[in-house]
Amino acid sequence: MNLNATIIGQMIAFALFVAFCMKYVWPPIMAALEDRKKKIADGLAAAERGRHEQELAEKRAQQVIHEAKEQANEIISQAQRRGNEIVDESKDNARVEGDRILVSAKAEIEQEANRAKDELRSQVGSIAIAGAAKILDREIDKQAHTNLLDELVSQI
Amino acid sequence: MASEALTSSQYIKHHLQNLTFGQHHDGSWGLAHDAAEAADMGFWAINVDSMGMTLLLGGLLMWFFRSVAKKVEAGVPSGAQNFAEWIIDFINDSVRGSFSGRNPLVAPLAFTIFLWIFLMNLMDLLPIDLVPEIAKFVGVHVFGMDPHAVFFKVVPTTDPNITFGMAFGVFALVLFYSIKIKGLGGFVGELTLEPFGKWAIPANFLLEGVNLIAKPISLALRLFGNMYAGEMIFILIAIMFSAGAVMASLGGLLQIGWAIFHILIITLQAFIFMTLTIVYLDMAHQEHH
Repeated sequence: MNLNATIIGQMIAFALFVAFCMKYVWPPIMAALEDRKKKIADGLAAAERGRHEQELAEKRAQQVIHEAKEQANEIISQAQRRGNEIVDESKDNARVEGDRILVSAKAEIEQEANRAKDELRSQVGSIAIAGAAKILDREIDKQAHTNLLDELVSQI
Repeated sequence: MASEALTSSQYIKHHLQNLTFGQHHDGSWGLAHDAAEAADMGFWAINVDSMGMTLLLGGLLMWFFRSVAKKVEAGVPSGAQNFAEWIIDFINDSVRGSFSGRNPLVAPLAFTIFLWIFLMNLMDLLPIDLVPEIAKFVGVHVFGMDPHAVFFKVVPTTDPNITFGMAFGVFALVLFYSIKIKGLGGFVGELTLEPFGKWAIPANFLLEGVNLIAKPISLALRLFGNMYAGEMIFILIAIMFSAGAVMASLGGLLQIGWAIFHILIITLQAFIFMTLTIVYLDMAHQEHH
């Protein structure tokens, strides 16, 4: 148990082992540990980001659905309004058309009636004369009574 | 187990003697045959057993961790890498907790100190005669030595040369960083101007000088003392095995108890050496004004 050169040998060995450890052992393992720490941190951050993005997407999807529903409702109500309009328009058109047809029919009827009247008027004189001639036979002055009858016809 | 040829005191002495290589009185170089011859060799001798064990254990340590570091990966760790990372994380946490400066040397230094001392201390848990008997067998049959001249102290930390070697290594680093960080003037000022101011420089120097010198001495002697005492108790328990059946069974129980307790001591002493090293280096890095 005496102090001797072993102490120097141990100091040299100590220095060598520490230097070896400092150069070849510690840095690679520490680098791996740091690397893993960073990887885990990145992974967690990515997961957090993903969750956030998913939340945003859900919100956006709900917004889109909401908008779509609103649009659909608007379209439906527009369509209904348009349908009603078309129905109303058709009714109006039909009424106007009916009125028009009615008016033209009336006019036609009147025209027919007038024509019939005219025809009747043109024939009534001669029929009356023929009738009168048959009744009175030849005692009537054709000329004098034609004037009289014409006056009568124009009064009908 | 004490061999029949040895008395108890011889057995103890045999176990406490290092295998020393140095220069004999007659000028030739060789291994010392007994304690007196080893003492005669003076300073320029080497304790072959301590040096061999410490290099072997340090080599094993570095080989293992180097092999892990070679194929280390940042992905999912497995097997040896898990184990190495667990230890390295533990040491890194200790360094971060105690060392406030920024120095890439401190963590590997703490790592080497802790595991190397732990492994050296761990040799204490080997059966006390196992390695010496192997050494004796090899010494007698391979080198043709006298069986009583084959000494082998298995636990390097029971050799003060080893503990002082490491403590002085740490002390050299403390001095180096003290001067590097604070400057030579700052370091000398810290030694001479505190705590009583510039009118009491001798008293200051005495106090701070003792304070400084106490660091490596206490570091080395604490480890050496604990391990030496522990080894001594193992030796004494081993002597009980040759003193009859009752004493032998009692010795067996004691051995188990002491070994379990010793697991705590060897870890604790390695941890204390490491922590104090970190603290001393931290103090060397701090500037007081």
